Amino acid sequence: MSETHEGVHRHPAPTGFIRKYIFSIDHKVIGIQYIILALVAVLVGMVMSLLMRMNLSWPGTSWPILGTLFPTGAPGGQMTPEFYLSLVTMHGTIMVFFVLTTAPQGGFGNYFLPIQIGAEDMAFPVLNMLSFWVTLVGFIVILLAIFVEGNQGLGEWFAGLGPSFAGGSGTVGPIGGWTGYAPLSALGKIAGPGQGAGMNLWVISIAIFCVGSLLGALNFITTLLNMRTKGMSLMRMPLTCWAWFTTAVLALLSFPVLLGGGILLLLDRIANTSFFIPGGLYVTGLLSGTNPNFPLHTGGSPILWQHLFWFFGHPEVYIAILPGMGATSHILATFARKPVFGYRAMVFAIFAIGLLGFFVWGHHMFMSGMSPYSAIAFSVLTLSIGVPSAVKTFNWLGTLWGGRIRFTSAMLFALGFVSLFVAGGITGLILGQSSLDLPMHDTYLVTAHFHLVMGVASIFGMFAALYFWFPKMFGRFMSESLGRIHFWLTFIGVYAIFVPMHIMGIVGMPRRFSSFTEYEYLRTLDPLVMLVTVAAIITIGAQLLFYFNVVWSVFKGKRVENDNPWEATTLEWNTATPPPHDNFAGVLPVVYHGPYEFAVPGAPRDYVMQTDMEAEVPSGNGHNGHKH
Amino acid sequence: MGRVLAVIIWILTLLSVLLFFSGWWFPAAISEHAPALDRQFLITIIVVGLSFAAAQIGLGWMVWKYRDTGQAGDRALYSHGSNRLEVLWTVITAIVFITLGVMGQSVWASLRLYDAPAGSYQVSVVAQQFQWNFHYPGKDGKFGRTEPTLIDDSALNFVGLDAADAASADDSVTAALAIPVNRPVELRLRSKDVIHNFWVPQLRFKQDLVPGMEIKVHFTANRVGKYELACAELCGQLHFKMKSYMLVLPEDELQQLQALPQADFQNKMTELLAKYPLPTN
Amino acid sequence: MATMVTSTRPSTKKGPGAGPGMPGPNGNGSKRKDAFREPDSRGNRYRIGMWVALASIAMMFTSLSSAYIVRSGTANDWVPLAMPRILLASTALILLSSVTLEFARRKLKSSLHGEYAKYLLLTALLGVGFLISQVIAWRQLAAQGIFVSSHPHSSFFYLLTGAHAVHLLGGLLALMFLLLRSRRKTLEPALAAKRQATADAVTIYWHFMDGLWIYLFLLLFLWR
Ligand code: HEA
Ligand code: HEA
Ligand code: CUA
Ligand SMILES: [Cu+2]
Repeated sequence: MSETHEGVHRHPAPTGFIRKYIFSIDHKVIGIQYIILALVAVLVGMVMSLLMRMNLSWPGTSWPILGTLFPTGAPGGQMTPEFYLSLVTMHGTIMVFFVLTTAPQGGFGNYFLPIQIGAEDMAFPVLNMLSFWVTLVGFIVILLAIFVEGNQGLGEWFAGLGPSFAGGSGTVGPIGGWTGYAPLSALGKIAGPGQGAGMNLWVISIAIFCVGSLLGALNFITTLLNMRTKGMSLMRMPLTCWAWFTTAVLALLSFPVLLGGGILLLLDRIANTSFFIPGGLYVTGLLSGTNPNFPLHTGGSPILWQHLFWFFGHPEVYIAILPGMGATSHILATFARKPVFGYRAMVFAIFAIGLLGFFVWGHHMFMSGMSPYSAIAFSVLTLSIGVPSAVKTFNWLGTLWGGRIRFTSAMLFALGFVSLFVAGGITGLILGQSSLDLPMHDTYLVTAHFHLVMGVASIFGMFAALYFWFPKMFGRFMSESLGRIHFWLTFIGVYAIFVPMHIMGIVGMPRRFSSFTEYEYLRTLDPLVMLVTVAAIITIGAQLLFYFNVVWSVFKGKRVENDNPWEATTLEWNTATPPPHDNFAGVLPVVYHGPYEFAVPGAPRDYVMQTDMEAEVPSGNGHNGHKH
Repeated sequence: MGRVLAVIIWILTLLSVLLFFSGWWFPAAISEHAPALDRQFLITIIVVGLSFAAAQIGLGWMVWKYRDTGQAGDRALYSHGSNRLEVLWTVITAIVFITLGVMGQSVWASLRLYDAPAGSYQVSVVAQQFQWNFHYPGKDGKFGRTEPTLIDDSALNFVGLDAADAASADDSVTAALAIPVNRPVELRLRSKDVIHNFWVPQLRFKQDLVPGMEIKVHFTANRVGKYELACAELCGQLHFKMKSYMLVLPEDELQQLQALPQADFQNKMTELLAKYPLPTN
Repeated sequence: MATMVTSTRPSTKKGPGAGPGMPGPNGNGSKRKDAFREPDSRGNRYRIGMWVALASIAMMFTSLSSAYIVRSGTANDWVPLAMPRILLASTALILLSSVTLEFARRKLKSSLHGEYAKYLLLTALLGVGFLISQVIAWRQLAAQGIFVSSHPHSSFFYLLTGAHAVHLLGGLLALMFLLLRSRRKTLEPALAAKRQATADAVTIYWHFMDGLWIYLFLLLFLWR
């Protein structure tokens, strides 16, 4: 270790299981807790998607187990339309919030941001712990939402909480899509099944989640601004840190808006205010104000909810992808044994994406009845956001160019990320054009678009990150051979699932349909629907390999024998494995180099770690005659 | 490994592209703005298709060519990038994407920035969970007064038509939409409860129906026939079967229909629905 | 660990090698002179953190007020609310509390711990006074039969004042915390600096809540 300063670390390592592993304030433990949360959540989400596909491909078939699990949602094991819709809603919500907004940022970010900038912990460890536990509560609440309706068991208990909590006519959860458009989501149970207790819990869960992520974001930003170690200037930070930082800024500015909207929505539901509910509604035979079950509402604006939601919603999708982009850049450079191509351009691109991300939310609302003029503005801005994304793509290719690529599982998934991000991203250029959104809005083309880019590209980013950092986190490798099989199956699988969905969209298959049997013009698509389902079943099955690999490797995986198994350059690789409680055993590292110094001519090894000193100091690299 | 990955990427790319030539495509268009829209779609899909292919082929090429051959001492090229290239591809993509974006506005503008031309055929659409109501002004071309308070589904007064109003005497309300061919149509879209979406694939046309708002849209259908009309915004339990039909009729046939009083109007409509087959493609 | 000495010559390759303006030899990243400045003082994190937190709080109230503006602009059902006079008292109280808290902070700077505690206490009392007068305002409205669901303006009134009150309550807790801490008079520099930093952070927060209240007050009763 080159030099020491500020040796003392503030909080001594806790002893005792609870403080060490449960209510820990160690960012590393919290990171792992987030990852476990994501692993559980994604399992739930996947099973739901499996049921959805089963229902779409074999409508009306009865699956006995379901009958016993969800007597109201799937009587006799036959999935009802409302059961399907609540699956869609929960699938989307869980995947977006509890998978893609937890592990990439709260998980890997939490674990590695402080280490990569050479800090001994997060700026506010206690807030950090809180942010996890709040998020966990949010997750538990959303799971409850599945079981509260149908006026039996839990549902009965909730009905006790008051009229707006009384169950609908029997479903398994909220029905509103993950976007919860008002007034459907605001009217309460007169609007049909899935609008009772479940929907309340959905809103509450989202609100709780917002608070959790805000605490996290606060911590990330402060830590990065305040706690970089000596020599870790901004332009020497790994791209992962830039990504996590930008993500945190996006979260910090967008989640409060959703929180505000959520509060308004909740008030509309339980305090019968009229923020989103217009006057003169006539719902299921009742006119607003003429019946105790349907109190008077006036003058609310349904589109207002969409604006609030999407002002959050679009930045949210970049919150979901940026950490993946960071990890990909990091891993591509490491295993191509080559500096990142156009480091600065990458940093600017991340920023441009983050900034533009706040001005394009209207592209989700072209058909909402919003002003057609603003639609045009949103549309053009939306296409310009493709530019920084393309720049990143080019730079990834540039990083590979001339490299000496080592195909570890992590690298495979990083390469998969690039492939899938392009595949999903470019369809954004179709949806972004207001004209083309006329036929394409709310069809499966949208579903295809966001699954490729979010549903799997971001997820691939997480896979890559886990295979890459697992050795540092647990001192053991994940099985490479299992990893490879997992990659091949998943990579091919997701192409097979989501590419055909584009065709469905072009033919005009609408989203959120629990069955396509009603429409003649969709008949021709039956073979594709089946193909997608089969591919989905295989792909989801393949994930069991992954889960097995994780669990098995934690205990039985091949031990890492040195602290830098990948021959990487950043700080996490020159501390112990796994890192000590204060990350650097009381001796903070000093940084002399940029983050990706591979294949440096004349250097004895093909990588120069950020902490390596040099005898001969080339001019103008800011050393200021630093003494060692 | 490198070679395998490259080949797999290329195969997946090839299959993905082939799928777009597999015959599944838009149903044949029946509206005046559709050809322009389809052309724009084609241009876009070609541009993005090419960049998709280019990116994937490039990616495959990189992993094929630059895989680690494992000879000792052999190192990657030491480069931090090139500003010239950065500028180059930033400018190029900017030009391509923004041009696409601007081109992508023309059809939209023609449909949404201008009001319906004078003399266009008027229908008022009132959506509700989970059915469509189409309100026709009748001979006098005037819509009768409607009131939320008068709505009464049980009495089949779905749109809250005020019988007292003179203008409403010759109005009719049916569950299917009949419009003239080759003549601009203006729809006044309203919803009684939640957000729905008016969507006829052959029209290449979509618009939300938002409670509390009356949204006016217009288009011109140019092919006689019967077409399926779907709801494309999640509106609750039976969203998937909130279905109706759009009949595009020759002017004279439509005039006859118009002339009929409510009851016969309904029967005639059912007749016509039976008469016209669904399009085969 | 990696302490190996690597001799690395400047590479002067141009073009796709190392284009102009790219990080210099062996990519030291930024060439800024302060690349090696000592890390920011740890105390600063409380101030930074506070500003960051305020940014997000500001965003939430922005979303609520944009809702207010849209809703009041589009609606035909707007019944303006008569301003409860007591709110003027609230305003006075909270303004005053900001002043006293500022005094407290100054006293701490010149390490007059006794004075500091006194002013803290005073501030806290004023804060409590503010909350009480808010509650009175609500009860007055309720007495007139105006509740959250009565009409949009009342909905927003209860919502915004309520949200602000909750945040101010947080501020009060922070003041309590400072009071408890202020009991210890003599402390070594490190702790003193930390105390100053926390006090600063809380002050920033409190001033923000003060300004926020003025803003909400104007929005609610002057905008429409
Ligand atoms: C990770 C999440 C994520 C990301 C990154 C994106 C990225 C983009 N999205 Fe997507 N989007 C979603 C998640 C995401 N989206 C979700 C979840 C929805 C649905 C919400 C719902 O309704 O449920 C959605 C919906 C959605 C819509 C609304 C569709 C509709 O409902 O009608 C639109 C419309 O403009 C859109 C546009 C875009 C654009 C332009 C980008 C751009 O950022 C894409 C930029 C990327 C590229 C342009 C590719 C770059 C590479 C190249 C161009 C290759 C060039 C190389 C060579 C030529 C060699 N998205
Ligand atoms: C992260 C986001 C995500 C992910 C991963 C998925 C995964 C999948 N989705 Fe999902 N989906 C959404 C987000 C996502 N989806 C959203 C937002 C909607 C819209 C909801 C709405 O309309 O409101 C939606 C809707 C949606 C629909 C449309 C329903 C409808 O409109 O009627 C369908 C239909 O088939 C579908 C299918 C699938 C399938 C088969 C999978 C998968 O099962 C494919 C296989 C799964 C994987 C490859 C992931 C494995 C990941 C891990 C094991 C995590 C690893 C974790 C760490 C490394 C920490 N999804
Ligand atoms: Cu009406 Cu969906
Ligand atoms: Cu978006």
